[in-house]
Formats: sequence, structure tokens, C-alpha cells
Amino acid sequence: MTQHAGALSGPAVETPPRTLSERIVRALNKTPIHIALGIIALIWLAPTVGLLITSFRPRSDIQATGWWETIFTLRFTLENYQEVLQARGMLQAFINSAMIAIPSTLLPLAIASMAAYAFSWIKFPFRDTLFLVVVALLMIPVQVAFIPVLNLFRETGLTRGYAAVWLMHTAFALPFGIFLLRNFFITLPRDLIEAARMDGASDIGIFRRIVIPLSVPAIAAYGIFQFLWVWNDLLLALVFVQNGALNPMTRQIQGLLGTYGTEWHLLAAGGFLLMFVPLIVFFSLQRYFVQGLLAGSVK
Amino acid sequence: MSIAPPPQQGGTGTGVAAGTIPRQDRFALGGRSPVGLILLAPALLLLIVFIVYPTFYTILLSFNRGRRGEFTEWVGLRNYEQLLTRDPNFINLGTFPPSGAVWNNVLWIIFYTSFVLFLGLIIAVLASRVRYEAIIKAVVFLPMAIAATALAVIWSFVYTPNPDIGLLNAIIGAFGAGPISFLGDPNLVNWGLIAVGIWGSVGFATVILSAALKGIPTEIIEAARVDGATERQIFFRIIVPMVSLPMSVLAVTLIVNVIKLFDLVFVMTGGGPGTASRVIAFTMYQEAFPSGQFGRGAAVAVVMLIILIPIMIYNIRRFRTEAVT
Repeated sequence: MTQHAGALSGPAVETPPRTLSERIVRALNKTPIHIALGIIALIWLAPTVGLLITSFRPRSDIQATGWWETIFTLRFTLENYQEVLQARGMLQAFINSAMIAIPSTLLPLAIASMAAYAFSWIKFPFRDTLFLVVVALLMIPVQVAFIPVLNLFRETGLTRGYAAVWLMHTAFALPFGIFLLRNFFITLPRDLIEAARMDGASDIGIFRRIVIPLSVPAIAAYGIFQFLWVWNDLLLALVFVQNGALNPMTRQIQGLLGTYGTEWHLLAAGGFLLMFVPLIVFFSLQRYFVQGLLAGSVK
Repeated sequence: MSIAPPPQQGGTGTGVAAGTIPRQDRFALGGRSPVGLILLAPALLLLIVFIVYPTFYTILLSFNRGRRGEFTEWVGLRNYEQLLTRDPNFINLGTFPPSGAVWNNVLWIIFYTSFVLFLGLIIAVLASRVRYEAIIKAVVFLPMAIAATALAVIWSFVYTPNPDIGLLNAIIGAFGAGPISFLGDPNLVNWGLIAVGIWGSVGFATVILSAALKGIPTEIIEAARVDGATERQIFFRIIVPMVSLPMSVLAVTLIVNVIKLFDLVFVMTGGGPGTASRVIAFTMYQEAFPSGQFGRGAAVAVVMLIILIPIMIYNIRRFRTEAVT
């Protein structure tokens, strides 16, 4: 994964222009490129920016004129957010999303790193065969687990709380987590671990004091990837959260779109509340986030 | 980065080659304790209970009528037969063009995959020529951070038929054409959805291919320029072949995305209008839950599994060859 470290940064190195005329010639040569990139940026920004502007416009304005005409009116309000947070239960849904996403991130983080350590630095029978099985499990679609796991939980009533959705997210995050972390752990210097062993450190001690501290970048990338995966998930919440009061934001917004499909003041504000946390993560932890996503491309 | 052949834990124990020094003995010795199993136990337990056991359960269930999701009434291959021959919502080859969830997934695979790869490469190449490369990549990558549910809201808004609300119809209206209901027309709905999928994934391809482009030695491109190659030739004769490996890995990832695609379709169209935009993963949900046809839902899940198995084998092969080198 280190090869992607600078994935989002650093333009190609180029010799600086020596004279003014050279600078002008270069700029002219690149005009079509600048125009093309400008159009691309517009196509990728306009839909999202449009929704963002809409979320701050009064309902009557939204129904009357397009968001691109806002410059003629310049009327903004926070009422949409107020309504969607309070009357439409989005505040509760926001809390619910966190209630689902935090355990569903911490559990696989702990369990996958333990397993990955065993797969990289402990010898036991059939270790590498078992690891290939884990790699194979990466491709199992989550759909195959719906009916059996619901059946398993029906008697226990676990689907009325979060237990089912936590466990499903954890289990289906493990193959990728074990794969990613094991591939990182085996790059740690062998001498370091063997020296610790010779000094009498136990496996648990080596894992806690050497492997984990040295693997923070990989663990962070996996954790961020998993957190956003769960935060953004609709399908598992749809199947395994069977108590309306516990619905996360994705389900709340899907419900809004179904019931109030033309109430754009609510949908825009709700949509932005859903995007709020991922956008903060994206802008603050971009490097880890991109690494996690690139490594996660196998999921 | 090497993975040893399965260790032989026989009488000799250590399993290390001749010329062993005591250090490696210690290493092997430490490994013989049950610690490995203890560390693995939680992961193995969860994988078995939530992935391995359900997979076998679902395969068996697909041969049953399966009311309440239990093994009631063995029906053999009837669920599959019904899905593949008598369910026009799943696959209908009787019309031209064909229709149904499987066909829609085929459209997705062809157009989503090729456009994401093509646009991703074009943007990566263009961006590499300017100073604000990082900004362009961040802008295009941004949708990757957002939930498919949020993409659905953003684009439902863009597609709104009312030209005073929907951006796209406002643009079409400016050219004097009537409003188009992108998501309400069975002939357009799949293209509308695929476009959103492309928009959401191009950044992913851009970032990966951009990293691959940076791996092409600049001397090669400089040498080609000196020899009088046109930009076009450089693109098709040097850049495309040099990034073909990351492109093929990306293509596999994108195809897996398509097979698992659910949220976007479910939120934007609910598979509609009618059943026009259903995809396989949507059908699985629809059969199993709102319709309560668990046997058929299980059969659809198995169809997904069968489609993914070649990719599973490809991944394992790739992993093993990587491990050897």
C-alpha cells in the first residue's frame, strides 16, 4: 500500500519555464487541457454543490426557482435542517448511525488484527491453507447470510437491537481486514520480533508492544475504511435492524425519499447530514482514507 | 513478502530447512503454543457462524420452497428453473433487447466498467499535466466518500423532471426540448442509474491509474517525444499498455461492485418504474423479504455466488503468484 502514499498529491515534475515567452507558449499549449479539466470539475461539483445550496434555501424558493438562480434571491435559512433534525427524527438517526458504526468498526479492528498477527508471526498447522480460505471468503456476497442469520436470531430477538447488525458487519469485514493487516504485519522486520522472542517476550506481548504500535498506519486505514463503509451502508441496516426507532440515517433518508420524494428542502438537508461525517473524515484524514479505499478495492 | 508452503508439523516439529540455527528453533518453538489458536478463535468463530455456515445453509435452502426460511418442502431445481426460464423480471431473452435483472447487470458491467476505466484514465492523464492535479483528483474522488444513499438523493435532484428544480432538465429546456423523466421512463432508467454509478466511481479509477502513471519512467515518454511520437501515439502505444495490469485489476473490482450493487437502485428507483431497473442483488432482497419467497431468494443469492466464484479463484491465483515472487 505504500505505493499509493502520495496518491492524491504532487503534480508531475516539470522543468520550470525559462523565459516569459516560453511560459506563454506552454500556457497556450495547455489551454485545451485546462478547459477539459474545468468541465470535468464542473460536472463533479455541480450536483453536490447544488444540493448543498438547496439545503439552505427556503422551501418556497426551492419549489419556484432552480438553485442556480439563488444569486438573484440570496435568501438562506436553517429551517430545513431544524425540521429534518427534529420533526423527521434525523437527530436520533444520526445517533443511531454512530451506535451502529462505532462497535462495527472497533470489533473487526480488534479481531482482525489478532488473527492477522497469528497468520503472520505464529506457526501452526494448515496456517497458509487457512489463510487462503480467508482470502476466498472475501468474495462471498453478504446476501447469502441474510436468511440463515435472521433465522438464527429470530428466537433470540437479537434483531430488535443492534447485535445482529454489529455481528454481521464485523464478520463480513474480517476477511478484508485479516488480508490487509496480515500483508502489512509480514513486512515488519523479522529481527525485531525474533529478538523480542529471545528476550522472553510472549506472543501477546510482542503483538501489543511491537506489532500494533508499528502498524498504526495500516490499522488506521482499515478502521477509517470500515467506519465509512458501515456509516454509508443501507442494505444490512435494512435487513438486520427491525426496530424503526433504531434506524440509521441511510434508512431514514431512504424513507424520506419514498414518502416525501418532492420535498427537496427536507431531502437536501437530510442528505447533507448523512454526508457530513464522511466529508469531515475525507478532508481531515484524506491520506489514510485513500489508502484504505485503495487497499479495500478487493472487498 | 513471501508465504511459505504449508508447514509440516510432524515429528521434527520445527519445519525449517537444514542448517537451522538455534534462533529459528526458538521461533518455531514459540509458535507451537496454543496462542495462535487463541488469537484466531474469535475471527474463526465469526467467519464460520456468519459466513461459512450461512453459505451452505443458503445453498441447501435454494432447493427448498423454504417458507419461513426453513427447510420445508424439497423442490429440487424448481426455484432455479422458475428464475431462469419463467421470471421475465429476472431474465427475459424473449424480447429485443432482452430485459430483466440479469440483463440490467450485463448493461451495468459493460457500460459502467468501460466508462469508469476510460474516464478514469483520461482524467488521470489530463490531471498529470497541470499544477492543480491534487485538487482535480480530490474533486473527482469525493463521491467515493459519500453513501450510495446520498448519491441517490443528489442525482434524483439533478434528474427531477421539473425544469425549475432539476438541473439536467433546466439545461435541456434551455435548448428548447421538453422535460425528460430520466427515472420514470423504462427505456431511460438504467442509463440514468449507470451514469450515477459512473460518476460515483470514476475518482476511484483516477486515483489508482494516476498512481500507476507515476510509475511509468519519464525517460520512456521523453524518448518517444524525441523520436517524434504524437501525443495520441504516446497515449495508446505507451500509457495504455503500461497501465493495463492495474486496469484489469480495477475492471475485476468494478465488476464485483456491479454484482453487489443494491443501495443506489433501491433508493433511487426501487427497481422501477415497474421492474425496469431491477438488478440481481435487488431481486434477492425483493424475493426474500417483501415477497417472503425465501427459497427463491436463496436461489438468487446462490446465482450471485456462482457469478463471483471465478473472481474468487482469480483472486486466490493472483495472491499465490504474488506470494511466490
